[in-house]
Amino acid sequence: MKSKRPALPIGKGIGIGFYYAVLAAVSLLMLVPFLWMLSTSLKEPAKIFVFPPEFFPSSIRIENYTEVLENTPFHLFYWNSLYIAVLVTIGTIFFASLAGYAFARIPFKGRNLVFLILLSTMMIPNEVTSIPMFLFMRMLGFINTHVPLIVLPIFGAGGIFGIFVMRQFFLAIPKELEEAAMIDGCSRWRIYWSIMLPLARPAIATLTIFTFLTSWNDFYDPLIFLNDRELMTLPLALSLFTDEAGTAWHHLMSASVMATLPLLIVFFFAQKQFIEGVSMTGMKD
Amino acid sequence: MDSNLNLPLAPQKGKTKAKANRMNREANFTGWLFISPMVLGFVLLLLGPLLMAFYMSLTDWPVLGEAHFIGLDNYRTIFQDREFWLVIGNTFTFAAGLVPLNIVLALGLALLLAKKMPGIGIFRTAIFVPVMTSLIVWAIVWKYMFATDSGFINQILQLFGVTGPSWLYDPQLAMPVVIVTSVLKNVGLNMVLFIAALQQVPTHLYEAARMDGAGRTRQFFQITIPMITPTLFLTTLLTIIGSLKVFGQIYVMTQGGPDNSTKVLVYYIWEKAFKNFEFGYASALAFVLFFIIMVFTLLQWQFRKRWVFHEE
Repeated sequence: MKSKRPALPIGKGIGIGFYYAVLAAVSLLMLVPFLWMLSTSLKEPAKIFVFPPEFFPSSIRIENYTEVLENTPFHLFYWNSLYIAVLVTIGTIFFASLAGYAFARIPFKGRNLVFLILLSTMMIPNEVTSIPMFLFMRMLGFINTHVPLIVLPIFGAGGIFGIFVMRQFFLAIPKELEEAAMIDGCSRWRIYWSIMLPLARPAIATLTIFTFLTSWNDFYDPLIFLNDRELMTLPLALSLFTDEAGTAWHHLMSASVMATLPLLIVFFFAQKQFIEGVSMTGMKD
Repeated sequence: MDSNLNLPLAPQKGKTKAKANRMNREANFTGWLFISPMVLGFVLLLLGPLLMAFYMSLTDWPVLGEAHFIGLDNYRTIFQDREFWLVIGNTFTFAAGLVPLNIVLALGLALLLAKKMPGIGIFRTAIFVPVMTSLIVWAIVWKYMFATDSGFINQILQLFGVTGPSWLYDPQLAMPVVIVTSVLKNVGLNMVLFIAALQQVPTHLYEAARMDGAGRTRQFFQITIPMITPTLFLTTLLTIIGSLKVFGQIYVMTQGGPDNSTKVLVYYIWEKAFKNFEFGYASALAFVLFFIIMVFTLLQWQFRKRWVFHEE
């Protein structure tokens, strides 16, 4: 065993077997919910609660999927989740990078003070501001619309976190690039748009994944602001399926598979970026 | 900390000064212009609501009619509210169960996975997949697996001849179930952070320790743990803060029940505000949450400041 990190208490031979056994057990525990979800989503309703449990359904029922698509506006839930997340992401990237660039590179008055104030408000829990925000949105007639779900994350804690991430990135770019452009008479806007933004692609990629996932998985805000079924996002719509007692699990599971699978597929192709993006949650708060 | 752009110095002093002034004005204007959307959004959508929420917490804010200023009455009521203390107890029970489990499991897995062993990527991926899955989907599937009659878990128990309990309908068991499923959901996140920290520990420290005859256990406690302490502390604090805001899985799995045994603070705030429309009281509750979270956040900042310095 060639090991560069000897701190791990792992023996040879049996040790390696044990090592893989532990990892396999934990990984399986993580995957069982997904497998059971997939398995149930393909079962005949009558076979769902048979004993002993069938991991591999004896007959496959695709209608579980088509029925969900026919009986619920599932495509609308999907579309709502998708376009809201896309708009939130575009808005966050644009406004946060613009502000991040200014905080990193333009020596304006009050820069550090404003930045500190913004940073310190990231700790305000969403639950505190959401009550007056609900009244404010009601006053403006935006209850039961997607407006709060798009606007609030862009300018809320998520956006401020975006400023922080972009600023850090811009600080690390050598100043010479910009100085040369300035001597050539480039405006700040051109420097931001044509030089800095293209350079910031890695930071933008990470922030995109982080922002998209946060919006896609958001539950609290849609729960507060939306009433109509047609306007709901996936998590909210799914959560309401369970309320309808005597739950049709085969339908709920096929809906869950449809809600989860596309993202998982994207994840498998861009794991590194996803893990980086999601790990940023660890820096937020 | 502000530094002007280091443009090449012009030879004539007078001209330089005039130019510098113009540059400063330009910088002030453009700087504020660039941050203005975010600052405006911040004032309208964060600062404004925050002040408003505080004002609301000092009123009775009825569903209909005018609000009356009642000073600190809401806060006084909170401290006499039996349900509030129950909810606070539940919230801290959740945190006290989740945080140690999450951290220990994440660290253990990180130790196993920080090594470069064949096939290790698969395990890392598997453990990370729940992190990016929707919390709601995760909670729904586990609710289904923990169903009393013929749920997956109870069926497995039945294979061994054990009659499973009614998990989510048992006041003693509902909270542990929610805790364990929440740990499984997010342990991958802390694991990834720990792996990154472990890979930063310089190998020469271990080599030196081995030459001095230090065993693996000693290396772990005297090198690994001290070297990753900053990450360990920050991660723990962030996990605490996150656990105090738990909501989605409670909403899906138990709705705060049975017998209020899983009703946590955010659920209580949501219920008071958006089910009962007691906006004044709910705002006061939200400020209690804010206060608790602020304590942990300030703690985290203190640690971060000290350790960032220490690391350099």
